[in-house]
Amino acid sequence: MPLARLIACLDVAHGRVVKGVSFVGLRDVGDPVELAKFYSDGGADELVFLDIAATPDESATMTSVVARVADVLAIPFTVGGGVRSVDDASRIIESGADRVSLNSAALADPSLITAIAERYGSQAVVIAIDAGDGVVHTHGGRVATTTETLPWALEATERGAGEILLTSIRCDGQRRGFDLELTRAVRDAVSVPVIASGGAGSAEHVAAALRITDAALIASIVHENPAGLPGLRREIEHLGIRLRPLKESR
Amino acid sequence: MSDVIIVDYGAGNTRSVRAAITHVGSSSVVTSDPALIRSADFVVLPGVGSAKSAMAHLTATGAAPAIRQRYANGGVTFGVCLGMQLAFEFTEEDGGVDGLGLMPGRVRRLRESRVPRLGWAIVDPWGEAFYFAHSYVCESTDTVATSDGLTVAVRRGSFFGVQFHPEKSGNAGLTFLEQCLSRA
Repeated sequence: MPLARLIACLDVAHGRVVKGVSFVGLRDVGDPVELAKFYSDGGADELVFLDIAATPDESATMTSVVARVADVLAIPFTVGGGVRSVDDASRIIESGADRVSLNSAALADPSLITAIAERYGSQAVVIAIDAGDGVVHTHGGRVATTTETLPWALEATERGAGEILLTSIRCDGQRRGFDLELTRAVRDAVSVPVIASGGAGSAEHVAAALRITDAALIASIVHENPAGLPGLRREIEHLGIRLRPLKESR
Repeated sequence: MSDVIIVDYGAGNTRSVRAAITHVGSSSVVTSDPALIRSADFVVLPGVGSAKSAMAHLTATGAAPAIRQRYANGGVTFGVCLGMQLAFEFTEEDGGVDGLGLMPGRVRRLRESRVPRLGWAIVDPWGEAFYFAHSYVCESTDTVATSDGLTVAVRRGSFFGVQFHPEKSGNAGLTFLEQCLSRA
């Protein structure tokens, strides 16, 4: 088994990293390239960029962010938000991303998963599931669908998804720990890696998630204190989770 | 050294491997031009895309025979992930695809509990962690390194291949890539 992964998530809007609750009150917190480099140097094993303001006419903005990030980053990264077609996925992957993450577009047209996986391999397709009350949600978790979480996770992987990014709506942003029950249930339902997301507030929370699944997504916990990432890693390691040994900078 | 040639399969993220090669001080070109592939000092078969479409592109462009010829002539050829797998005789990927046949052996689907095998893992005997993202693995008699018991690096003649992505393996990966390039 590969080592546990700590994945830092950055929300991007109009080419800038932003922070905020829902779409109102978004605050510009910096340049995606600079922050990506900072988190990478701090020991993130991977990054996820979520384009939270994605509109078709702004796709060129995100493509340029991806290319600039790829030119400086030597760790893998995933891009989500605004991927609605094979062409969208191609644009992002050819610009330097390792994976694309699909959410509502895959729900609307599950064949999209297979089409992207056939072109770039399953490892390039992540299905993001915003889960709550047993069903999948869209629109940043605000709209409940009738699609049940576990069957959808399984279907997505059967169609070619290589990883599930599982966010608990109930826990997201609360910083009181991950939804371990949900994480365990999805982990048991599929045979691809599952990233636990939503609720990280401490090293204990992350370690608890990493005891049951492959990777944990962290957002506000690092955005509040970006310089604290190396310390967070050490704390997680002290709790018995084996992370990759970091190599001093070149 | 002439420009490093990164072989184009017609699809995939070749930008990251280019960026890493630039970072360690070499210039590179992404192409499937057979003449450039034959004459380059160092050729990279990158780890992008899928087996069937990559082999189809290599065949259609004449890159496949050019790679075989440079290998036969002792030209240094470095395969990453899918690029290493394509060097074998056959891969189970995409329902079964004949590879370049530089390396004896075949590529089979992983039987681990979680596939794809994603993430950083220690490579033995090198003792360093590198980044992996694969669903298939080589069965080879030319193994030089393993990870979780799987073949993750092979060498035979002028071909050297790794299953992990040095361009995505942080400082460890960049140092590794630099060493590979300096041996050319």
